[in-house]
Amino acid sequence: MSAYRGVDYLDLDSLLSEEEILVRNNIYQFVRQEVIPVIEKHYEEGKFPLHLVPKMAELGIFGITLPEKYGCANMNNVVYGLVMQELERGDSGIRSFTSVQSSLVMYPIYTFGSEKQKEYWLPKLAKGEVIGCFGLTEPDFGSNPAGMLTKAEKTDNGFILNGSKMWITNGSIADIAIIWAKLEGNIRGFIVEKERKGFTAVEMKGKHSLRASVTSELILDNVEIPEENLLPQSMGLKSALMCLNQARYSIAWGVTGAMIECYLSALDYSKSRIQFDKPIAAYQMTQEKLVYMLTEITKSQLLNLQIGRLKDQNKVKHTHISMAKRNNCEKALEIAQIAREILGANGILNEYPVMRHAANLHSVKTYEGTHEMHTLIIGEDITGFQAFT
Amino acid sequence: MKIAVCLNHVPDTASKISVGQDNQSIDTSGVTFVVNPYDEFAVEEALKTKEKVGGDTVVISLGNDNNKESIKKALAMGVDNAVLLKTNEIYDSLSVAKILANEIKTQNAEIVFFGKQSVDYDNGAVGQMCAELLGYNSVSVVVGLEINGNKVRAEREIEGGREIVETELPVVITTQKGLNEPRYASLKGIMAAKKKIIDEKIPENCSNYTETISMKKPPAKQPGRIIGTDATAVPELIRLLKEEVKVI
Ligand SMILES: Cc1cc2nc3c(=O)[nH]c(=O)nc-3n(C[C@H](O)[C@H](O)[C@H](O)COP(=O)(O)OP(=O)(O)OC[C@H]3O[C@@H](n4cnc5c(N)ncnc54)[C@H](O)[C@@H]3O)c2cc1C
Repeated sequence: MSAYRGVDYLDLDSLLSEEEILVRNNIYQFVRQEVIPVIEKHYEEGKFPLHLVPKMAELGIFGITLPEKYGCANMNNVVYGLVMQELERGDSGIRSFTSVQSSLVMYPIYTFGSEKQKEYWLPKLAKGEVIGCFGLTEPDFGSNPAGMLTKAEKTDNGFILNGSKMWITNGSIADIAIIWAKLEGNIRGFIVEKERKGFTAVEMKGKHSLRASVTSELILDNVEIPEENLLPQSMGLKSALMCLNQARYSIAWGVTGAMIECYLSALDYSKSRIQFDKPIAAYQMTQEKLVYMLTEITKSQLLNLQIGRLKDQNKVKHTHISMAKRNNCEKALEIAQIAREILGANGILNEYPVMRHAANLHSVKTYEGTHEMHTLIIGEDITGFQAFT
Repeated sequence: MKIAVCLNHVPDTASKISVGQDNQSIDTSGVTFVVNPYDEFAVEEALKTKEKVGGDTVVISLGNDNNKESIKKALAMGVDNAVLLKTNEIYDSLSVAKILANEIKTQNAEIVFFGKQSVDYDNGAVGQMCAELLGYNSVSVVVGLEINGNKVRAEREIEGGREIVETELPVVITTQKGLNEPRYASLKGIMAAKKKIIDEKIPENCSNYTETISMKKPPAKQPGRIIGTDATAVPELIRLLKEEVKVI
C-alpha cells in the first residue's frame, strides 16, 4: 500500500487525532485499490459497483456514528466526514450510496424508530445485507417537500400508502425504503420493504451525471404495511429535514474529496505538460488557477472540520451545515471545471477523473437542497425574513 | 500457540529517494514511510493462521518511534500484541536477525512470519537468518500455506514454477505476494487497537557485521529511441535487437 496523498497546506492534520488520520488513510487505500480501478467502467455503463457493498460493510462505514450495540463503529462526526471525503475522491456515487445508507436510512431508524425496529434493521444495514433508500422528493415537489402528495391512510392493523417518489438514490437496489407520507396531513416516516405488494421501483435512465449511482422512481399503489412499520417518533417535515441535515454534512465533506482529486490531477498534469517549451505550471495563469483551487480546498476543509467538531459537541446548527453544503458544492464544481481546463483536451477523457467529477457535482449541488435553498435558509437566519415564498 | 510477525517501517515505494549528505544513508526528509509491502502479507497470514489454529498474535518491530505508525496499522488489522524494539541505530541483516530472534525466543513464538524482503535495503535475508539462529525450520517466498497440527505444507515460488515443501513447527515463513490479500483495518479494529499497548523494549547492544562504505544512485536511464510507428519499422527493430542489444 502506498502512503496517503491529500491536500494539507495549513497542517490541518495537526488538528486531527491519530485515530481520525488512521481511518482516513485506510479508506484512501480502499478507494485506490477497489474503487478507482473499476469506477470509469461502471460510470460508462451507468452501473453502481454493487460488489463493493460487502467490502464497505466490512470496513465498518455504514452508520459509522451509531452505537456498537447495533453493529456500528460508534465513531465521531469528524471520522464520518473524513470517510465521506475519501469515498468521494473515488466517485460521488459511492459517497452518495453511503450517505443514503447511513444518514437517510440508518439515522432515521435510529432516531425515530422503536427499539424493535432498531434491533431488527440496524445490524443488517450496517453489514450491508440490507440496502436502504430515502423517498422524500416527488415529481412535483422537490425544493418544497412540504407540498408532497404521497398519503398514508390508517387501516385496522396498519396503513395503506399511495403516491410516487422521484429521484431516489439506491431506489431499485434497495431492500427497504424510508417513505415520507402525509398521515392525516402530518408528514411521517414509514419503512416499506420492497416485497410489499403495490411497491415498484423503476430505474431512471439517461443521466449525464452520477452515472455510477442508481436513481429511481418509486411507485406506491395501495401498498399495505403493518402498524409496526411506522417510525413512531417521526413528527412532521422536521424529522425528514433532520435526516437531510446529516446527509448534507456528509456531502460537505464528500465534495471536498472531489475537489482534492481534481486539484491533484490538475497539479500533476500541469507540471508534466510542456507547451512553448515549458511546463504549463510555469505560466502565471495556470498558477493562479492552482492557487485558487488550493485556497478554496483549504477553506472547505476548515469549514468541515469546525462544523464536525461542533456537531460532536452537539452545538451545530442546521444553518452551519447549510453554509458548508452550499459553499463546498459550489466551489467543488468550480474547481472541477478549472481542473478540466488545465488538462486541455485530455480533461474530457476518462483517463482522468475530472470530467466525471464535474458531471457528478452538478447533481450534488442540486440534491439535498439546492444552492438557492441553502442561501434562503441562511438568509432567513441572519435577516429574520423568510424568502422562500 | 504464539504467532509472531516481524514488521518493518520503510520508505513508500512511490517516494523519490536521494542519498544523504554523508553518502552512507538515504535522506529521509520529505519521505513518507509505510508498512513494508511484503510484511502486509505476513500480517494477514498471521491473522488467518490465528483464525484457523487459535492462539495469540504479536507484532515485533525494530526501529525508532516512527515504527509505531506501522505497528498500529497491524494492531488495527487485528494483531493482539505489539513489541517495539526501540533504537535509533541502523543495523545490518544479521544484527537485525539476532535482535529479532532474541525477542521471538522471549515471546515463545512457534510460528513466525516475515515479508520475503524489506523494500528498503532489499537483502531478503533476515527471516532465514532468524530461523537459523533459533534453530527453527524455514520456508521462504511462500505463496501458499497450510498448517495442520505440527505439520506445515507450504508452496513457494521458484524460478519458473512452484515448489511444495513440507516441514514441521516451529517454523519461520517468509511471505510473497499472492499468498493472500491483506485485509483493510476495519473501523472496529481501529477502535480496538486504541486499547492495545505497544510494549517498548531497548534491544541488547549489537554490533554490525558489515559496514556501509557509500551509497550512490543508479546512473540515469538512457532516453528511449523511436524507430518508427508502423510495420515498416519491424526489420530495423529486429536488426537492432540482434546486433546492438543482442537479446535475440
Ligand atoms: C442524482 C439525484 C439523486 C437524488 N436522490 C434523492 C433521494 O435519494 N431522495 C430524495 O428524496 N430526493 C433525491 N433527489 C432529489 C433532490 O433532492 C431534488 O432534485 C432537489 O431537492 C431539487 O428539487 P427539484 O429537482 O424538484 O428542483 P426544483 O425544486 O423544481 O427547483 C428548480 C430550480 O428552482 C430553484 N428554486 C425553487 N424554489 C425556489 C425559491 N423559492 N426561490 C429561489 N429559487 C427556487 C431551485 O433552487 C432550482 O434551481 C435526488 C436528485 C438527484 C439529481
